[in-house]
Amino acid sequence: MTESQQGVAEPGAVLAEPATGRRRRRGGDPAPKVKMGASRWFREIGWRHLVGVIAVIWALFPVSYLVSAALNPLGNVVTSTLVPQTFSLTNFTQLLDEQPFGTWARNSIIVCVVVVFVQLLFSALAAYAFSRFRFKGRRGGLLALLLIQMFPQFLAAVALYLMFTDLGAVIPAIGLDTLAGYILMMCGGSLGQVWLIKGFFDSIPMSLDEAAMIDGASHVQVFFRIILPLVRPILAVCGLLVFVGVIGEFLMASIFLRDSGNKTLATGLYGLIDADRSNNLGVFAAGSIMTAIPVVLLFLYLQRFIVGGITAGGVKG
Amino acid sequence: MADLRDTINSQKDPDADGSSRSRFTKPGRDGIPALLVKLLFLGIVIGTAIALTPALVGESSWTFLIGIWLITAVLVATYSTGRALPAKYLVPGTLMLALFVVYPIALTAQTSFTNYGDGTRNDKQTTVDRIVGSSVVRSDDSPQYNLTIATDGDPASGPFTYFLVPQDDPETVFEGTPDGLEEGPDGVTLDNGRVTAIDGFTILDIRQVSDAADALDEIAVPTDSGSFIVRDGTSEAFEGAPTLVYDEDADTITDTTSDTVYTAEQQGDREFFVDGEGQRLSDQSWTANVGWRNYERIFTDSRISSSFFGIFVWTVVFATFSVIGTFLLGLFFAIALNDPRVRGQKIYRALLILPYAIPGFISLLLWSSFYNQDFGLINDITGLNVNWFGGATTAKIAVLLTNLWMGFPYMFLVSTGALQAIPDELKEAATIDGASGVQGFRRITLPLLLVTVAPLLVATFAFNFNNFGAIFLLTGGGPFTPDNPSAGGTDILISYTYRLAFGAGGVQIGFAAAVSVVLFVVTGLIAALQFRATRSLEDVN
Repeated sequence: MTESQQGVAEPGAVLAEPATGRRRRRGGDPAPKVKMGASRWFREIGWRHLVGVIAVIWALFPVSYLVSAALNPLGNVVTSTLVPQTFSLTNFTQLLDEQPFGTWARNSIIVCVVVVFVQLLFSALAAYAFSRFRFKGRRGGLLALLLIQMFPQFLAAVALYLMFTDLGAVIPAIGLDTLAGYILMMCGGSLGQVWLIKGFFDSIPMSLDEAAMIDGASHVQVFFRIILPLVRPILAVCGLLVFVGVIGEFLMASIFLRDSGNKTLATGLYGLIDADRSNNLGVFAAGSIMTAIPVVLLFLYLQRFIVGGITAGGVKG
Repeated sequence: MADLRDTINSQKDPDADGSSRSRFTKPGRDGIPALLVKLLFLGIVIGTAIALTPALVGESSWTFLIGIWLITAVLVATYSTGRALPAKYLVPGTLMLALFVVYPIALTAQTSFTNYGDGTRNDKQTTVDRIVGSSVVRSDDSPQYNLTIATDGDPASGPFTYFLVPQDDPETVFEGTPDGLEEGPDGVTLDNGRVTAIDGFTILDIRQVSDAADALDEIAVPTDSGSFIVRDGTSEAFEGAPTLVYDEDADTITDTTSDTVYTAEQQGDREFFVDGEGQRLSDQSWTANVGWRNYERIFTDSRISSSFFGIFVWTVVFATFSVIGTFLLGLFFAIALNDPRVRGQKIYRALLILPYAIPGFISLLLWSSFYNQDFGLINDITGLNVNWFGGATTAKIAVLLTNLWMGFPYMFLVSTGALQAIPDELKEAATIDGASGVQGFRRITLPLLLVTVAPLLVATFAFNFNNFGAIFLLTGGGPFTPDNPSAGGTDILISYTYRLAFGAGGVQIGFAAAVSVVLFVVTGLIAALQFRATRSLEDVN
């Protein structure tokens, strides 16, 4: 089995793709039935499984501990183990009955949905301008964007706090300790995904835009009807990244949202574990798992967008 | 047909950017619905601005008034004309960025030139009023009031409002704050010569009053006649004349009982009223401009400079390792699983992303429990008995290991996305040309991949450079040694300086702002250098 043989085998597999690729990727079917020797199988595919299994163990051992702690009825640090030994939903019922978990979840969902939507839309709009137009200050703007984004909002926390205190005196609906004010503040980062999205816009050939414009499409139509649908996968990835960042945002939320009715999952759960690090671990873990499950489901759902080429459908023909 | 349309468009379209986009085909025009949406949107913007104006004028918040109309002007200018096409796409996000990132940065920079902080939160006039107000003494004919202390904020920190009912006129209610006295507030329930409820306010109970005693003692409500009303216990107040008199022209306070004259004098980073011997009249000071003093302090304060170099190096190491380590690991996993022939690819991917689905603070708190010497998971699994957070080196290893786990799923996600965006044709072409898998990866895949991810790597570096949360939740900056209790073994610049600014000795917001500005400059410089170094990558595509 030499390099060149492998080289010959490869294109055959790839050439078959345009017809079956999409379906196969989605369904996760095995490769075309080609007989393979064990050593070649290991060199081409087997090692990938080995890496995959090691990676999964590395990724999941803390999660396993978290699950174990959540199911441990004693719910403290001392008795928690790596692998679940007991199965009890005490921590979950305790969390739901004694803590305003529903309120936290509702607040977090509101914040996440709005911030993700705004950030994706505004980032994609700006990325379109940076990718498709040539204007004065384009390069400078891109650089400035990168630099400004490096300044975490936390560094300006005091200024933001004072600013929203003043704002709240005039417009109470968006002042300090309101979800709307917190959301507004979080929208300051709404150009956060420009670089990533622009990179993918750049990979879409200009010929697509031109073809649409010859057909009479305006630039807005090109953006919404041609470009955006093509980058759905990367929008899904970006949206997920933003979502995870927002749902776990803790520092600014702890400064902004003090009223217990305004707490998010992050500040609410932190309050739990901070009150008693050792004995509240179980309830904390239960809350963490209930927070994480929707995100995991979201990822599983979006994975079909992530899998699959981005320009594949649009340009090849 | 296309040519004709092109010609017509170029005649009708006075697009300012037309010339610069001349290599593209001219776009068509928007239809009527798009125009209506645009009109509606601009109408809402202008309407909101108009609706808010009276309230803003009433509150005299000129900054917000100017801000709101500036925003309106920008939006109208951008979307009402057919000019400046790129601006239409850039304005929404840029506006948000300007309002909630750039403006606060500017505000931070401005604050960094003041001594704003505990003891200096008020302007000079308010401070003088308070000092004068605190000297109020009761005379025989002092009017007495029934007092109700309430707040429309937090019962512990205020702001507090006094609701006063004169004991000789139990039908009248006054609302008193340090700003002045107002007669007949709305929404007040009067019961037996005492205010028992106020709409929008919480009335403090006796315990809350005693908890907030220090803040309440500073409150003196000025009346129109030049006297002040101060509280007398929890439920009564009296009106009296101050013994101190402020002379605005001379900027002095005179004690009328002893004829001592107090003048404003600089002590440390703030001013106080002191007598001839330098004895303070009061420990209250006020916000003042201090020029570059906060910055000088960062570089000359021996507490700071003695630990600065070591912490700076560790910050760079921490950020560098966090980026390179997570990227290499994430990329390796992504490459290994990026073969459609791998069965269960979806499952592997989903499982590898799982750590990412757990909010960062949860992971950090969880991991911090892993390093417990007696019950911690790490010692449990490895059979070691290391006191991880006991020594600086092991604590650093723990921080890096945790951050590696925290960061690799992001890099795995980004790498997977970027790998899939690389057209298959390129890889096929390389294979057909006889390139081995490794060659193809190094020459084709990696450069293309780096084009997409290089800016993200720089951004990740900057993020970790100021990753306050990771240090704060994991080790709190520790371990600390007895000879240097302010600099911990895992402190990065931001956690260290924030401890100095907010730790023992009271909150020093002006100083903290100066630290923020310095960190911003340092982060920006390092990032700019890195960006310069990776610029060649950007031009590959």
